[in-house]
Amino acid sequence: MKENEALAELSSIRSLMERSAKFISLSGLSGVMAGIYALIGAFFGYRIVYQTGAGLGYREHYVNDQFVITKLSLVALVVLLCSIGTAVILSTRKARQKKQQIWNAASKGLLVHGGIPLITGGLLILILLYRGYFGIIAPACLIFYGLALVSGSHYTFKDIKWLGFSEILLGLLAALMPGYGLFFWSAGFGVLHIIYGLIMYYKYDSSK
Amino acid sequence: MLEQFDKAFESRIRLQIMSVLAANESYDFSSLKELLEVTDGNLASHLKALEKEAYIAVNKSFVGRKPNTRYVATEDGIEAFKRHLKSLEKLIKQQK
Repeated sequence: MKENEALAELSSIRSLMERSAKFISLSGLSGVMAGIYALIGAFFGYRIVYQTGAGLGYREHYVNDQFVITKLSLVALVVLLCSIGTAVILSTRKARQKKQQIWNAASKGLLVHGGIPLITGGLLILILLYRGYFGIIAPACLIFYGLALVSGSHYTFKDIKWLGFSEILLGLLAALMPGYGLFFWSAGFGVLHIIYGLIMYYKYDSSK
Repeated sequence: MLEQFDKAFESRIRLQIMSVLAANESYDFSSLKELLEVTDGNLASHLKALEKEAYIAVNKSFVGRKPNTRYVATEDGIEAFKRHLKSLEKLIKQQK
């Protein structure tokens, strides 16, 4: 065996170990899109909560208004569905380009380990909504989403873990500062997604 | 020098199987097949060979009614895999 053969063998082993254990078709661009949807959603959310009249930004509607809650939940749901849809479409496309399976052991691991904190958090948030604890909704969204990312990150790029830590930190800050939920929500789901999406796009997508 | 290379890993597919099992707790047959892009028969014969060396262990179970065969690397297998990687590295260093 020649030196370069040995080198090629080692690098193919490394790539296989990584490909088998990590879902590397996750698209960075879908993170950017999710961030943009979240910012658009936050804009509508802002309009719903603070009906601005003649440039004066005073609060006409309060968040404990049942109608406002329904509208906000609907906006959040649309943002969530659009983000998931875009992620699935773009990652499937990336997987096809890289000749990888979209549904493999790594993506299953990502779904299960990320899904447990996510579904727990989602159910808790529905319960909090039902019981009227509106102030804690935005921090809870960020914290549980962050925990889901950290827990799922074992099965994909390491950057996801740092995104998760950042979301948890923002969630805790949001819990410390009641009344700024929408601001933290836009920072966590909007700005952070765009930043990390761009980092991942330039790191993993654009070069190949 | 050359005898340090494990005979069991002479086949590329067998080395690839070990790489996957070294990086994962366990792996099932169909996922392995898709990942390595080999035929059922080919994969099965290489898995048998590794099983014979006691480098891998087989866990058979059922998911509903479908049989689910999962493969796990044994301690011996991981050791052999590490030795093989070391010899590859040594080979590269020696020729530098």
